[in-house]
Amino acid sequence: MLCKRIIPCLDCDLAVPMGRVVKGIEFKQIRYAGVPWELARRYYEEGADEIVFLDITASHERRETMVHVIERTSEMVFVPLTVGGGIRGVEDARKVFNAGADKVAINTAALLDPDLINELARHFGSQACVVAIDAKRRIVGSPQEGEGKVVVDTPEGPCWFECSIYGGREFTGVDAVQWASEVEGRGAGEILLTSVDRDGTTEGYDLPLTKVISERVDIPVIASGGCGFPEHIHEVFKETQASAALAASIFHYGKYTIGEVKEYLRKRGVPVRL
Amino acid sequence: MEGKVAIIDYGVGNLKSVYNAFRYLGSEPVLVNSPKELEGDYIVVPGVGAFGKGMEKLAAFQEVIREKVSEGIPLLGVCLGLHVMFEGSDESPGIRGLGIIKGRVLKIPTELKLPHIGWNYLKVKRQCPLFDGIRGGHVYFVHSYHVSPEEDVVVATTDYGAEVVAAVWRENVFGTQFHPEKSGSLGLKVLHNFLRVKDAL
Repeated sequence: MLCKRIIPCLDCDLAVPMGRVVKGIEFKQIRYAGVPWELARRYYEEGADEIVFLDITASHERRETMVHVIERTSEMVFVPLTVGGGIRGVEDARKVFNAGADKVAINTAALLDPDLINELARHFGSQACVVAIDAKRRIVGSPQEGEGKVVVDTPEGPCWFECSIYGGREFTGVDAVQWASEVEGRGAGEILLTSVDRDGTTEGYDLPLTKVISERVDIPVIASGGCGFPEHIHEVFKETQASAALAASIFHYGKYTIGEVKEYLRKRGVPVRL
Repeated sequence: MEGKVAIIDYGVGNLKSVYNAFRYLGSEPVLVNSPKELEGDYIVVPGVGAFGKGMEKLAAFQEVIREKVSEGIPLLGVCLGLHVMFEGSDESPGIRGLGIIKGRVLKIPTELKLPHIGWNYLKVKRQCPLFDGIRGGHVYFVHSYHVSPEEDVVVATTDYGAEVVAAVWRENVFGTQFHPEKSGSLGLKVLHNFLRVKDAL
């Protein structure tokens, strides 16, 4: 039986020479967590099933720093590596693949130019093309507000989910549920689904969001944003069709090791790799 | 660990990880992109992607690979590198494979989502030098097709709503459907064993 994957995420600030891992709160405040490849190696040893590197500086002159981070990491970490943030086209992707990455995750570039998804899938295969969706709840006060959108019932009331770009700083008006189906059709191999509302809060994943999208698409969905405790990961696997759970701060500051989280899940009947 | 590992670079997928894994194990990997330069104690055919495109790019290497196999050089095919050893694939009908092993590549007959992506349990079915000291464990898969040999070569399988072939072996020819270079310490152990198969053959 296929295991549920546990994926630590390294948010990388590449504005310093070797890069550093940071963690923001609701995409804003920043705390320093360590050297990217050292953390990656530690997580690999603890049993990470995959590692995601997100470039949160995402400006062009720092692209070489990410290449360096991936080169160093891939020399000593032997699980799949995904790079997100700042991938604008096929050439950017090729550089990180040549450095040792297995997948790229694109969000802003995909929303600005959806054909990029088809192009990446054609060049490198769907398995290498992850589309990241950063979704924010929009409460629907009246039926008109929900027109043309996929409206989902949540304990906080009916809402739809809006795609954001540029790390949660801008909004597009695009419905995240509809967008998820579109990216699947264009050849995305996986969806990395982050709740902008929950990210950095440690309140748990956005379950209604993860549920609606993971049930609609056939490709794997990685739940992200809000994980603060092992219970949250258990909950997202129990309540939704998510194939993987991504988390950052729960691992960064030594609260829990990946091994402890996996043991917790195994005891509750979730298939994990130990 | 002694030994030159020639990794065939035919322009499909991430060779860097295969290279890094062999280096990590102390061998001397080299990426070879010309058939004339194919020299090594071991040969690895990596690759991800579609069968047809893979064969097209591998065309120049066909003869030299067969030659090396008949000389007894250990050969390891990974994922697409395993598929191309067969006679053909439903993924790209009409395109001929290397035909080193009899049989075809078929779509996985499963009701579950395809591609089969992630960590699945490797069941070692019979003794094989590649799995020396390994009884089972989780390894990383990314594929929609798997091999269907007409020879008795299957040494490991995994379960994905159907029995999926995870590894094959015949004499000096080895192939894994999973990616040992992405399968953590268990995968490294498989590659380590590959570098010792000469003792076992």
